[in-house]
Amino acid sequence: MTMTDVRQNTIIGTRLLRREDPALLTGEAKFTNDLSIPGALHLAVLRSPHAHAKIISINSKSAAELPGVVAVYTGADLQSMWAGPMPCAWAVTADMKSPQHFPLAISTVNYVGDGVAAVLATSETASRDALDLIEVEYEVLKPVVDLEEAMTDNVLVHDELGTNRSYTWNLKIEATEGCVEEAFTSAAYTVSERYVQQRLLPMAMETRAVAAVPQPFGGDITLYSSTQVPHILKVMTALTLGIPEQQVRVIAPSVGGGFGSKLNVYAEELLCVGLARKHNVPVRWVEERSENAQSTIHGRGQVQYIELAADKGGKLTAIRVRIIGDMGAYLQLVTPGIPLLGAFLYAGVYDIPHAYDFSCTGVFTTLTPTDAYRGAGRPEATYAIETAMDALARKMGIDPFDLRKRNYIQQEQFPYTAFSGLTYDSGNHLAAAEKAAGLADYAGVRARQAKQNVTGATKRLGIGMTSYFEMCGLAPSRVLASLNYSAGGWESATVRILPTAKVQVVTGTSPHGQGHETSWAMIASEKLGIPAEDIDVLHSDTAIAPLGLDTYGSRSLPVGGVAIAGACDKVIDKAKLIAAHQLECSADDLEFIGGVFNVKGSPDRNMPLAAIAFQAFTAHNLPDGLEPNLEAQYTYDPPNFSWPFGTHMCTLEIDIETGQVEVLKYVAVDDCGVQINPLIVEGQVHGGVIQGLAQALFEEAIYDEDGNLKTSTLAEYLVPAASDVPSITSDFTVTPSPTNQLGVKGIGEAGTIGAAPTVMNAVIDALSGLGVTHMDMPASPHHVWLAIKAAKATS
Amino acid sequence: MIPAAFEYKRATSAAEAISLIGQYGDDAKFLAGGHSLIPLMKLRLAQPAMLIDIGRIGDLSYIKDAGDHIAIGALTRHMDIETSDVLKAHIPLLAHAASQVGDAQVRHRGTIGGSLAHADSASDLPATTLALGATYVAQGPKGERTIAAKDFYMGFLESALHPSEMLTEIRVPKMTGAGWGFQKFNRRAQDWAIVGVAAWRSNGSSGVALVNMGSTPILASSVSTALTGGATIAEAAELAAKEAAPQDDLNASREYRVHLAKVLVRRALEDASKK
Amino acid sequence: MTKINITVNGDTHDDEVEPRTLLVHYLREKLGLTGTNIGCDTSSCGACTVHLNGEAVKSCTILAVQADGTKITTIEGLSKDGVMHPMQQAFMENHGLQCGYCTPGMVMAAIGLLNENPKPTERDVRLGLEGNLCRCTGYHNIVKSVLAAAGK
Repeated sequence: MTMTDVRQNTIIGTRLLRREDPALLTGEAKFTNDLSIPGALHLAVLRSPHAHAKIISINSKSAAELPGVVAVYTGADLQSMWAGPMPCAWAVTADMKSPQHFPLAISTVNYVGDGVAAVLATSETASRDALDLIEVEYEVLKPVVDLEEAMTDNVLVHDELGTNRSYTWNLKIEATEGCVEEAFTSAAYTVSERYVQQRLLPMAMETRAVAAVPQPFGGDITLYSSTQVPHILKVMTALTLGIPEQQVRVIAPSVGGGFGSKLNVYAEELLCVGLARKHNVPVRWVEERSENAQSTIHGRGQVQYIELAADKGGKLTAIRVRIIGDMGAYLQLVTPGIPLLGAFLYAGVYDIPHAYDFSCTGVFTTLTPTDAYRGAGRPEATYAIETAMDALARKMGIDPFDLRKRNYIQQEQFPYTAFSGLTYDSGNHLAAAEKAAGLADYAGVRARQAKQNVTGATKRLGIGMTSYFEMCGLAPSRVLASLNYSAGGWESATVRILPTAKVQVVTGTSPHGQGHETSWAMIASEKLGIPAEDIDVLHSDTAIAPLGLDTYGSRSLPVGGVAIAGACDKVIDKAKLIAAHQLECSADDLEFIGGVFNVKGSPDRNMPLAAIAFQAFTAHNLPDGLEPNLEAQYTYDPPNFSWPFGTHMCTLEIDIETGQVEVLKYVAVDDCGVQINPLIVEGQVHGGVIQGLAQALFEEAIYDEDGNLKTSTLAEYLVPAASDVPSITSDFTVTPSPTNQLGVKGIGEAGTIGAAPTVMNAVIDALSGLGVTHMDMPASPHHVWLAIKAAKATS
Repeated sequence: MIPAAFEYKRATSAAEAISLIGQYGDDAKFLAGGHSLIPLMKLRLAQPAMLIDIGRIGDLSYIKDAGDHIAIGALTRHMDIETSDVLKAHIPLLAHAASQVGDAQVRHRGTIGGSLAHADSASDLPATTLALGATYVAQGPKGERTIAAKDFYMGFLESALHPSEMLTEIRVPKMTGAGWGFQKFNRRAQDWAIVGVAAWRSNGSSGVALVNMGSTPILASSVSTALTGGATIAEAAELAAKEAAPQDDLNASREYRVHLAKVLVRRALEDASKK
Repeated sequence: MTKINITVNGDTHDDEVEPRTLLVHYLREKLGLTGTNIGCDTSSCGACTVHLNGEAVKSCTILAVQADGTKITTIEGLSKDGVMHPMQQAFMENHGLQCGYCTPGMVMAAIGLLNENPKPTERDVRLGLEGNLCRCTGYHNIVKSVLAAAGK
């Protein structure tokens, strides 16, 4: 289908202001902790102060006696409440090891922040005061903090598993057996790099919050949660607590950001539901920020070894990757799969032969569990290949942009079947890169740099780039099956034309800042020819939108948005039958333009959708056998991932006396195919870029040797403010995806994927004259200073 | 996020505040703007049994020209210091340093007396008033006394102030045309300095003090002595950390702090030569 | 319990509160003004920013008893007769918000900023908002919104 078929109207591609905004701007929007729930008890969770310890005894007598305290429970007290352990939905290998994980620890705590006891009280204040009165005796065990140390199994996190290794997952693709090894032996150039993806704290501005409201005599329970995944949460709540699924309703009210951290099933959600049922009253909980730092999942946490082989022209001939993934203490919902989401991307945007050898080992540590964080596996992969490409360019003594040009998959090669067997739908890397180079004045910066970075200069200029591919829009269900993921990748939509020709769009996506209400209305408006303001978008309540797989992995538009377009098609098809019946023509003679069915060649014979809606409602004169009402449900299972791409460039200056990095210009040229609403697309790029830039320059979850998180508040964990980051030059190329009718690709994670390697390549570029060739993130002033010092010492 | 329970009394005069703290003893604390104390209480790192709110003692918020010095009421807010024409004219270093404290919201509430009495070596104003040779006026059950800034800071969050005393006034000598420099090095603008330097210089004399280079704010007297002795700025700056005893923390090692102090003292003195 | 008298968005309230009640908790729980959000426990994020006697402050770092006798404006008090404040309008027109959680505090801080510096540069805006964290927007469009509001 060509774009002109879809673009009968003009709303797609316009910068429509967001309908979500007035409620959010005036304080009218209700986040979970804003809900007024009469009679609710407040849950507070006592958390382990030790990374690894046996619980010897828990004395909660004085806590229980505190006025306002209703009950205090230990893990053992609640053991009979669970029908099963907390879920991990991704057994990446058949022999993957996973410890049993319950909402409160039973006998051993395995990270600082692991839940030990639960208090229920009539006020939040009393629940908090009670925590101070619970006495727990621990036998402290040795912590496991370092990833590579964890691999030795000298100290086991979970004795019962007999090893700290959860799994090893391999992907070896060779045209002929042994060709990877041969390529490295015969290569003109090789590079071998080790990178550390530091643990990051997602730090959505709204911490998690939960409220469970039971219906004591009806048996149903409503769970309000600040979650990205109400549908997944509903199923998992039912399974973990042994509640019939039809009795569980999950609602995600306004959600204050997620970034993957709310793509999970958390202990407190299950505790609220379980305890609300036990006490037959509502139970609510809100997370404090320091709890959030310790008990909400962390992102990244990998050690990466990447080797590139290239011929004498710099053309890549093989790639070998070894990853150690930090699982943390337990496997949360999709923990083990995160590094594997990057498994196919370590060749980046480059045309490589079938000579790829990837292996990932997931290991347990006594730290907070890791899981999805914006980009989830793909930023890590992109970082490794893109910084390794710069290392290769340095080794060859050529410009890194030049090296990339020699390796890009060319425009005419699309759709491109990669070494992995995956098909990259569309792309034009060179065009995006050249556009970025123009905006960043790449040649001009190189010229300035030659003048500026001379011996004795305090401020060194650097420019870095990244060309990326993102594998997003999770995903074809069959591909997920091949990865042992225990859910599908489809998305559902219902489009309902009301009798007055107003529209309800019901989506299974669950937004938390992405502007779905605005964009989905635009898609339906474009398809139906009905003004966007007449279209309401319903979501995030499993009673209203019962089918869905929620929002993560940049999937909402390329899967959920396309599902809406599909549902519109079904509605139009049905409406066409009614129109044909009433206009007394064949349906084949009708064309649908701008919300009106016209008899081809007789434009005076027409019927607008509005009139058909009323006819469908009254059902007075419908074709024989046709059901009344104008509504269609459609489930879209994409045939492929979507593959956004682009090139980012960053110019920065480093004060080599202090190590301070100042970003002068950041250019992002992204291509997410057709843009529904460029205003929202740009916003996604801006936010994503700063999150990636923050990994490169600011953020790091720092643990001490005992496994204590030293960065557990926003005073210590450096989420940058407006004062600390640059503005962004965001531009685009538009290469529609041929795999879906809207031509769209995801954009939620692209900025994050591109930014960290772009900034780090610029940092190394600025310092290369001083002999610096490597630096772990973040490039804090201290790290920069140390790297310069180390380079001086060896030169 | 919820402080432990405490009792609360509001004082309407310094005398009443001192009398109240005398009654309640060691478990009581003065509350001024609260921007040092309340964050600690929310994390339950501080759990005073009694707070005596001195924030409403109206006559302790002022900035007065007192001839050779400016007298600043202890409850004067950072924002008032930052925007004071009197201070911009006579002690621009202090006005500038106040503008670097925390963020706008913090500066609307935090007070100079509260900041100094908290005696956090990572704060901007203790070191700045130290460099400027300020004198603090304390009032206690036995009356008023003055304490030189250089004698005030005793250790980590420890000052010469007796628990029953409160600061009432800060007297800062006028800079009378001295050049000045203020270097605050941090990763985010809102944060405390990793290392900070407040410096001034005029014919033959100078004052240099360091932020976050030890358990107290540090007067870098070796730098001033060297300058008086004819050393160049670069030479003198090499002595920046002579009096310092910095610690390792998440943002910097001791060694890096020493290095930064040298660079930043040099830059602050270079700025002082220009303005 | 301590008696307080506070004027919030023009309405006067006489209440008794526990001294440890933070102003933000008083606003949210006692008055039901849940537009003011809590994002941290260290006075770092600014989500709880309100105006106290016309100046931006962090309501998580002020005891309700300290606010006795003051005039507070929260995000709910900005719009007049169903029309949003120009700063709210500017945020909407420039896509200065995504999830909207930091937004009430950001808007209150931005209005405070323009009260003190009506014609700021981009750098002034960035520095003036140093006490407010946003995880969604990358600040680009927040800065644009504030500059647009200043230009009106």
